Amino acid sequence: MSARAEILVPGKAGEGDALVLTAPISFWGGVDPRTGRIADVRHPQHGEVIAGRVLFLPGTIGSSSASAVLMELVHNGRAPAALVLHEPDAILLLGLIVAREMGWETPMAVRLERGAFDNYRGAAVTVASDGAVSAAV
Amino acid sequence: MSLVLSPEERAIAAGRDGAGMAMRIVAESARLLGAPRLIPIASTHIDGALYHGDSGTLFAEKLVEGGAKVAVRSTLNVGALDLMGCSHIRLEEPQRGMARRMMEAYRKLGCEQSWTCAPYQAGHRPALGSDVAWGESNAVVFCNSVLGARTNRYGDFLDIACAITARAPDYGLHRTENRRARLIFDVSRLSPSFLASEIAWPVLGSLYGREVGNAIAVVTGVTDHPGEDALKAFGAAAASSGAVGLFHIAGVTPEAPDVEAILAGPEPEAVIRVTPAMVATARAGLSTAAATKTIDAVAIGSPHLSHAEFDNLERLIAGRWLAVPIYACTGRHALALLEQDGQRKRLEASGVVIVADTCVVVTPIMPDLAGGVLMTNSGKFAHYAPGNTGYAVLYASLADCVESAVLGKPVFTDIAA
Repeated sequence: MSARAEILVPGKAGEGDALVLTAPISFWGGVDPRTGRIADVRHPQHGEVIAGRVLFLPGTIGSSSASAVLMELVHNGRAPAALVLHEPDAILLLGLIVAREMGWETPMAVRLERGAFDNYRGAAVTVASDGAVSAAV
Repeated sequence: MSLVLSPEERAIAAGRDGAGMAMRIVAESARLLGAPRLIPIASTHIDGALYHGDSGTLFAEKLVEGGAKVAVRSTLNVGALDLMGCSHIRLEEPQRGMARRMMEAYRKLGCEQSWTCAPYQAGHRPALGSDVAWGESNAVVFCNSVLGARTNRYGDFLDIACAITARAPDYGLHRTENRRARLIFDVSRLSPSFLASEIAWPVLGSLYGREVGNAIAVVTGVTDHPGEDALKAFGAAAASSGAVGLFHIAGVTPEAPDVEAILAGPEPEAVIRVTPAMVATARAGLSTAAATKTIDAVAIGSPHLSHAEFDNLERLIAGRWLAVPIYACTGRHALALLEQDGQRKRLEASGVVIVADTCVVVTPIMPDLAGGVLMTNSGKFAHYAPGNTGYAVLYASLADCVESAVLGKPVFTDIAA
C-alpha cells in the first residue's frame, strides 16, 4: 500500500508503527509534552504514546497552545516519526515550523484523505521525502 | 489562491536575523491558512510568554539574540510568576528560572510589561475597524466584539512573530464578510431582573459558547447596556465553552447598531430562543462540586479584575474577616490604583490574597488539596479550575462568593431567570 501525499511541512523522512487516531485530538491538555503519551482520558486512544509513531490525525481541536506542545515534543525527542493529517492545521503545524527555525530536526507533515487512513492501521509505515506514504505488508 | 509576499517582505524573510525568522513564521502560517497576502497590523497582545516548557523560552531568547524588536505596540498577557510579589507562586526550579527567563526575553523584545489578560482595561484599546493580532481567548473576543477591532486568535509563536513584522495573514475575522452574524441568540424571554444581575452575563456567555461555537451570532433582547465588566465576563465565558472569537449584541456592540445591520442575509440561519430552563441548566453546569458543607477558597478575576470590580469587592466585604481566602487576580494597572488610597492594605487585612501578573489557573498558587472546593463568580475559572487546579468548583455571584468566604461555607441567593 502506497500513496503520494501532499507535503505540508518538509522535514526528516520517517518510519514507525502507524498510530491511527479514531477521534480528533487537542494537543494542549491531550498529549503530555514530556512523554508523548495521550493524556486525554476521553480520547479513544488514551494511553497510547505518539513518540516515534507515524501519527494519522483525522482532525484536531484547536487550542492555540497546540503548537507549543508539538514544539516541546520535538525538543524533548518525543515527537511522532511523521504526521499525516486529513487537513492542514496551521496552529499545530506552526510547532514544526518554529522548531525548524530553531535548527531542530523535525518530522514531516503530509496531507492524506482520512478515508485512506485505515489502509495503514497496524502496519509499519514509511513517509519518504517525496511525500510517499507506504505500508510494509 | 496562493500566498504572494511583497518584495520588502521577501527581502526580510531572506534574512538570517530575528526579523527574518519572524517573517518566515508569519508567511508559513499564512500559506497553511490559505491567506493570499499579509496585511499591516496596528498592535498585538501576546499570550506566548506563559511558560509551557523550555522550548518556548529558547525560542524567545533566539529572537532576542537575533536582534528582533516588536514594531508595533505589544502588550503581554499573564506570565507564570507574580513579579509584583503580591502572592507566593509554588513553581519549583528549574521551571521557575526558565519561566523568569522567558518573561525577561519578551521584555527585551520590546513588549510592554502589562502582564494582564484584560489589556483593554489597561489602556490598550485599538480603534474600531483596525487590524491587530491578539492572543488570549477572552482578549480576542473583547477586542473583536466590544472594541470592533479585527483579530483572529493568535497563539504561541505567531503572536510575537506578527509583532516583530507588524504583519498578519489576511484571513478570517480580518475580512468584513466574515464578521457578520448568521444566528440570532434571543434573550428577550428572560426577566429584566435576571438580565440586570451580575450572574446573567457569565452564565449567558457559557450558554452562548456551547450553542453557537465558532459561528457568529447577534444577541437580541438586551435593552440596557450591561456595562463593560459584564461584556468582559460574557466574552470570557463564551470563549471558554466554545471557540468564540466574535459576538454582537444588537444596540450595544459597535458593529451591531441593530439586528438588520449585522445579519449576513435577510434572514438568520437559525434563532436560538433562550429560555429560563436553558439558563438554569447552564448555570448548574458551571458547578462541578457535589453538595458540600464547606468551601476552601474563593477565586475571582478571570479576566483580571478592574478597579471598579475591586470597589465592589471591598463594599461587599465591608471590613469583615474572611474565614477562607479570596484570591483576587488582577494586573498592574489595577494594582497601582489599589495602592494609591490604601485599598490593597485594607483588602489584604481582611484576608484577600491579591495575585498580580498571573492567575490561579495558569500557575500553582492555591495549596494542593485533595477534594478541595473553590467558589468563583467567573465563568472562565469555573471552566478551567477543575482540570488545572484539581479543585471542584461552585459557581455563584460575587455577593454570594463574599458571604461564603466570610462564613467558610457556601451561600446561594436565588436569582430566577
